[in-house]
Amino acid sequence: MATVVGALRQTRGALSGHIGGWLFYGIGLLAFLLLILPRILHDPTFFFQILVLGLTDGAIYALIALGYTMVYGIIELINFAHGDVFTLGGFIGILVFSLVGLVPNRASNLGLALVPIILGVMVVTMLLTGMVNVTIERIAYRPLRHAPRLAALITAVGMSFILEGIMFVWKGPNFVQSPSLLPAGGVVVAGVRIDASQVIVVLVAVALMVLLTYFVEFTRLGRAMRATAQDRDAALLMGIDINRTISLTFFIGAALAAAGGIMYGFYFNNLRYDTGFSSGLTAFTAAVFGGIGNIQGAALGALILGLIRAFNDSYGQAAWTDVLVFSILILVLTLRPTGLLGMRVPEK
Amino acid sequence: MSAAVAAVPSWVQRQSRNPNAVVYTALVVGALIYPTVVQFVNPEQANPLIGLASDAGVYVLMAIGLNVVVGFAGLLDLGYAAFFAIGAYTYALLASGQLALSPAHHAVHLPFWLLLFIAVAVAAACGALLGAPTLRLRGDYLAIVTLGFGEIVPRVFRNLPQWTGGVNAVPAIDAPSLPVWLDGPWDNGADLQIVHDLKLTAGQPVGFYLLMMLLVFVSVLLVRNLQRSRLGRAWMAVREDEVAAAAMGVNTVTIKLLAFSIGAAVSGFAGCYFGAKLSSVSPENFTFLVSVTVLLMVTLGGMGNIPGVIVGALVIYFVQYKILGDLPGWTSSIGSSLGLPGKTVTRLSDLATDLNFVVFGLILVTTMLLRPQGLVPSRARQEELTKGTASEAVADVMGTA
Repeated sequence: MATVVGALRQTRGALSGHIGGWLFYGIGLLAFLLLILPRILHDPTFFFQILVLGLTDGAIYALIALGYTMVYGIIELINFAHGDVFTLGGFIGILVFSLVGLVPNRASNLGLALVPIILGVMVVTMLLTGMVNVTIERIAYRPLRHAPRLAALITAVGMSFILEGIMFVWKGPNFVQSPSLLPAGGVVVAGVRIDASQVIVVLVAVALMVLLTYFVEFTRLGRAMRATAQDRDAALLMGIDINRTISLTFFIGAALAAAGGIMYGFYFNNLRYDTGFSSGLTAFTAAVFGGIGNIQGAALGALILGLIRAFNDSYGQAAWTDVLVFSILILVLTLRPTGLLGMRVPEK
Repeated sequence: MSAAVAAVPSWVQRQSRNPNAVVYTALVVGALIYPTVVQFVNPEQANPLIGLASDAGVYVLMAIGLNVVVGFAGLLDLGYAAFFAIGAYTYALLASGQLALSPAHHAVHLPFWLLLFIAVAVAAACGALLGAPTLRLRGDYLAIVTLGFGEIVPRVFRNLPQWTGGVNAVPAIDAPSLPVWLDGPWDNGADLQIVHDLKLTAGQPVGFYLLMMLLVFVSVLLVRNLQRSRLGRAWMAVREDEVAAAAMGVNTVTIKLLAFSIGAAVSGFAGCYFGAKLSSVSPENFTFLVSVTVLLMVTLGGMGNIPGVIVGALVIYFVQYKILGDLPGWTSSIGSSLGLPGKTVTRLSDLATDLNFVVFGLILVTTMLLRPQGLVPSRARQEELTKGTASEAVADVMGTA
């Protein structure tokens, strides 16, 4: 057993740092290409079609993954309930849409006037979901900030159950329809069909990520967040209100997840009380894949995971996709815990 | 001799102040009289109630096993159901006609008592297998790897229908037969004269009840002795401060592997029993909910304290299968006696059914917030949680806790 552990440690050593990262992911990419290249050459149109699908899924995963990675970055908590916050955001979105008269299965003839309405609803939903998440943090996580780490993680699991239970009571066990407000058209480029809805989902995700990057990099509050993530006590000494900064992080994470939830509702049109569990796990895997605590990493990881899932669904067997995703998670965590872009070293 | 007799009252007095001794006594007495009491209190429901109690034993076993990993060694395991699944499938495949349909083309029918040990060995090996790559991961990363493992295992069983029957479950698993010395030549095909109805068949749960008591007793004995051994002290040292433990000469790698292995081994018992009692095993029996339930039992009962987790398992099992199961019925009867309209009553009882998840989550969160040491806490942990220790404060500042 000692030899196994020794070998493991050596492998992990070799795969750490920049060069190791290139090596690890290079090998992964090579294996992927070797598996799939014959099929790409056989039918490139199909490949690009799957690529479009995978990128769209990845954009939605990215919106969820950002919340995981930001919360982990700032208080080192795996916010297990985050996937369910995503579903909750989707449900709140459906509720707010119905309040402004936009219900499923009724065609709207507002045309372009719909755009500001949708944006307004999204903003309201993001605010509401953000406030829910801030409340959760205030009630459930803040009292345990100095408790053993397991306590907070177990509480997060409990919170996830409470949210799922509430949504189950609210919406029942069946899939809930969202108003389908994205335009139905699309273009065909060299045989590859690109739907307008896919373009919009990706655009919304990219826009939100650009906004987030701007916020974190260039504003005072963003700087406070980065400082708190780096060293909470030093940030406190610099006069940063730690509690407010952490609340803000939860708020932003939930707002992004809510946007993801609405997009998920528009795009897949099948939201259920437990949707967030599996999507959340994939998004968490993406966050780890990209290097947890690293915002760009989470986005990149989510895109890659979306692609991997899409390729396995269509080239491999869909039943094994989850197994593949979790295997990747375990592989990355054991061999290169710093992830793709790396930030924190999770070894003691 | 007389001195020894005279010492008994003071010994009893001392023990009565030790919560663990009280709980152990209550559990043993309760387990012994339960089947009889049930016969008197509720004769027509006696068999289902005894069956319910022996099924609760499955969770008691798992709680004892998970307690080794989470409570003693401080390694959070969110995929414990995987080992339960491995134990159950080991029994299911090696004691049914399933393998005749598989590419192996030979049905295997090994006896239950042998498979108990095989299942334990397989589960322990899988525990070590999972433990090995995760050894140097920090607590919450470890939790995620175990979660991944817990999600992978049932999916693999589901996705290999040619071996496991996939979603259709492994049907018609053998019931355990009593060993020759119990069921022996004096029997002449009739029941044992001293103990009536001691047969391990579905209609007669007393046999399974006794079997479960035996399994729980053996597991408690083993785990309790381990806790008090050098290994147990090493687990706790690793839990409190891994670096310090390593500096004191504890081989943390071996210690953690053993925690995973032994924790998994106990759930091998549970899986074996589960397969034998239910006589069918399907991937849906081993969801994330099972892992969380067991974790909930361990935390509610009192992490790191064996009688505590047994109490936790019994309480949660009772809440889950008895209270939450009967709640819709109660709600509708209360509702109708209050004269509420029928539609409201139906809605209320539906709501009571749906609240299952919420109640579960609330128990988890409130336990962590209000009584993190659990119902019957381990004394060391209680002290630590109420008073705090210097080392934790340091760890907090360093961000390495």
